[in-house]
Amino acid sequence: MLVVAGIVFLGAVAMLVVGWVRRDTPGLPILGSSEKANTMLVVLFGIAIPLVILVALFIVSDLVLLKETDAPNADSTAMTVTVTGHQWFWQVRYDGTGAETANEIHIPVRTSVNLVVRSADVIHSFWVPELNRKIDTIPGQANAIELYAEKAGVYRGQCAEFCGLQHAHMAFRVYAEPPARFRAWLANMERPAVEPTSPESKLGQRYFMEDACASCHTIAGTEAQGTVGPNLTHLASRQTIAADTLGNTPPNLFRWIRNPQSVKPGAKMPGLGLGAARYHAIVAYLAGLR
Amino acid sequence: MAVTAKPATPVRLKRLEAIWKETPGFLGWLTTTDHKRIGILYFFTSLFFFGAGGVEALLMRTQLIGPNEATLSPQAFNEMMSTHGTTMIFFFVVPMSLGAFGNYLLPLMIGARDMAFPRLNALSYWIFLCAGAFLYVGVFSGNAPSAGWFNYVPLASKAYSPGPGIDFYALSLLFITVSTTTGAVNVIVTIFKLRAPGMSLNRMPLFCFAFLAVSFALIFALPALSTALILLELERLLGFHFFIPASGGAPILWQNLFWIFGHPEVYIIILPAFGIATSIIPTFVRRKMVAFPMVALAEILVAFLGFGVWAHHMFAVGLASATAIYFAAASLVIVIPSAIQLFSWITTIVTGTPRFKTPLLWIIGFIVLFIMGGLSGVTFAAIPFDQQTTDTYYVVAHFHYVIFGAAVFPLLGGMYYWFPKVTGRMYYERWGKASFWLTFVGTNITFFPMHILGLDGMPRRDYTYGPEMGWTGLNLIETLGAYLLAMGLLSVFVNLAVSLFKGEPAGNDPWEGDTLEWSTTSPPPAYNYAVIPKVSSPYAMWDKEDREEDERNLELGRKTLEQGHETPASTAVDAEWDETLEMPSHSAWPPLLALAMSGIFAMVILQQWFAAAVFVVLTALAIAGFHLKEPEEA
Repeated sequence: MLVVAGIVFLGAVAMLVVGWVRRDTPGLPILGSSEKANTMLVVLFGIAIPLVILVALFIVSDLVLLKETDAPNADSTAMTVTVTGHQWFWQVRYDGTGAETANEIHIPVRTSVNLVVRSADVIHSFWVPELNRKIDTIPGQANAIELYAEKAGVYRGQCAEFCGLQHAHMAFRVYAEPPARFRAWLANMERPAVEPTSPESKLGQRYFMEDACASCHTIAGTEAQGTVGPNLTHLASRQTIAADTLGNTPPNLFRWIRNPQSVKPGAKMPGLGLGAARYHAIVAYLAGLR
Repeated sequence: MAVTAKPATPVRLKRLEAIWKETPGFLGWLTTTDHKRIGILYFFTSLFFFGAGGVEALLMRTQLIGPNEATLSPQAFNEMMSTHGTTMIFFFVVPMSLGAFGNYLLPLMIGARDMAFPRLNALSYWIFLCAGAFLYVGVFSGNAPSAGWFNYVPLASKAYSPGPGIDFYALSLLFITVSTTTGAVNVIVTIFKLRAPGMSLNRMPLFCFAFLAVSFALIFALPALSTALILLELERLLGFHFFIPASGGAPILWQNLFWIFGHPEVYIIILPAFGIATSIIPTFVRRKMVAFPMVALAEILVAFLGFGVWAHHMFAVGLASATAIYFAAASLVIVIPSAIQLFSWITTIVTGTPRFKTPLLWIIGFIVLFIMGGLSGVTFAAIPFDQQTTDTYYVVAHFHYVIFGAAVFPLLGGMYYWFPKVTGRMYYERWGKASFWLTFVGTNITFFPMHILGLDGMPRRDYTYGPEMGWTGLNLIETLGAYLLAMGLLSVFVNLAVSLFKGEPAGNDPWEGDTLEWSTTSPPPAYNYAVIPKVSSPYAMWDKEDREEDERNLELGRKTLEQGHETPASTAVDAEWDETLEMPSHSAWPPLLALAMSGIFAMVILQQWFAAAVFVVLTALAIAGFHLKEPEEA
């Protein structure tokens, strides 16, 4: 496509250059000044040649390639993952299991996955440039696309449809892993959260439940069952926080929960204005949720 | 004793001048119905909006100059992004082409003395001004829209955009559709009924064909936009549920309605530019257009086919494959009429003997940028490719090549081309050429790297990006290009502003132009032509005998219509003299009516329903006043 476009562009510009070189000579080179020849030139370049190129482009891209990259029949795929766009994070569920996470999608490598996308609020668009086309998440509608990774690795994805203040910070990662590793990961996801052990993290758990955190977040196996924000059951196993905005380290976690509005202005998570000690305790608790 | 006949010409000109005279001074500009003065008002008003949209663009580019910049807050960036698009499309390009160029030039090109409905014409302008002011009252009061220029729901619904910004957007656009619709009707009737007798359709300049096609497209496209906006405001202000899925609504409904309007709008934006190109090319290459009838048909075909391709903006919403494939095919078909026009321009330039003056340079720049934008446009008809590149900077690159490169460049070229006609003075040629190169280079530095960024995965409308993405270098280049581009544009307008006062006198026809407007004085008198011109080809000004006959007719008082405020009406196709029309003169009703209508919109946004009803009554009264026949003037 790029080559054909390059030839068309250079050809047309070359004609303009000919016009400049022969600015004092009327008529065409070789063909001379015949109105019939001029019109034929317009027909040739304006109708005949484009027609051939366009038909070829149509057959290759809109009939052949489209079929190859189309959303798969759900029965033909090994598994279904449902991703729900929220302002501004991605909720990820594995159909038929209790596993739920956010902003990262683990898939077995060389396996066709049926990816269903939904939206909890406005329209977002699910896009992993290296793996497939983008697909919009539309409220009240389920769209599907195939997710397939030939090679193991980490693939970055992001929201591609403008969705408000933090559209720029709504990324995620796809981890394509060997099947055994994927199964181990999924099994861990299905387990409830680990209980805190150290005194500080126990305190952190108490603060998490007492303060507003639990009203928006779910931590499976505890009384925290909020559904507004991302599920935190296995938060510590994730590589990033705040939709791929910061690396998942205790200092970043502290910075994020203490003042979310300075990291992602407009984010739906409020700063609660607690004392630093409380935040440290909560971070200690969250950092243990493997 | 021999009596020498006193030359009749000066007497006739004086009489016409007295008949067509308007109120002098400032009040004259408020009450004018002269299409040329309305065109000038349109010009300066849309130029102001061009400046506003340009400042918004520069602020965005400054925010994106490096990773994690904080020139603008996310909210401010979204506001600038939304207002930039809305301003440039609705308040700059369309009013500049249809309002300024169309208004000023169409009656001149067809040998008429005014537009068909002079008061309606004034009303269109005043509504445009009020609608633009309405939007910017929102912007300056901290209530700018922030859901993008295509304003997708549910992001634009009350739940996710609670402030009045979206209401300012929706109501100002609803308001300006009134202006654009009346403007389009006026253009259609003017072109069909007011052509100088003898100018049958096949003798009409291509410029007029382009404007005719645009006006028809507007009339059919705008209702979809108005409908969408009314549904949105019913939902936002009164709690209806057209787009909310939980209550049985559909968010995709907005997208369909918006793009049914929005894609024809692309051709509405670009066709006047094609018209300008077909005016400038013959003059400077000193030959007639190659394949004239094919170009005329292609202009109309583009406007028509533009209605069948809207869903290619929506390939990622989950359309059924068959639907997507149909829209892809239709989008490919529309390439053909564009290619016909393109190669007609190129062949005309190649076979002619071009003089590379500033206006032609802009047209050549336009052709090059249009090929770029056209080629990147074709790629969107490849659905898998579209679904990769849609909503990335690749799209931003594409439509800026098309809208800025292909639509605005000819407008700028047209400003130079008709500057001598409108002002009676010449601009500075060398300066003009330098401005062109500055702008052309700036345009490419700004917009070309966006293709690469888009293919590299940078989404559009991100207010920032991280340093780890590797997008820093190209963004820096783009921002510097934008500053260069701004300097280029500034130098264009400084040149024109200085020339307005200091330029050499231009004379009637400095370019040996091909169309009628070059036969009258520069600037043209209020009545345009003292004699209704004779026309026997689309290149009326090159038919020297016809112009000599006009001179003789003036001396003899034939076809001068000097008894009243009159212009001839002719039959729609063959342009035979049908009747002589008495044209309405200047009036204060158009601005008053526009003001009364503004009151309705202002009260709706304040949700003062009773006051809104009062303004509805005032509007009705103003409409009645508008239709009163003025008492005969002495």
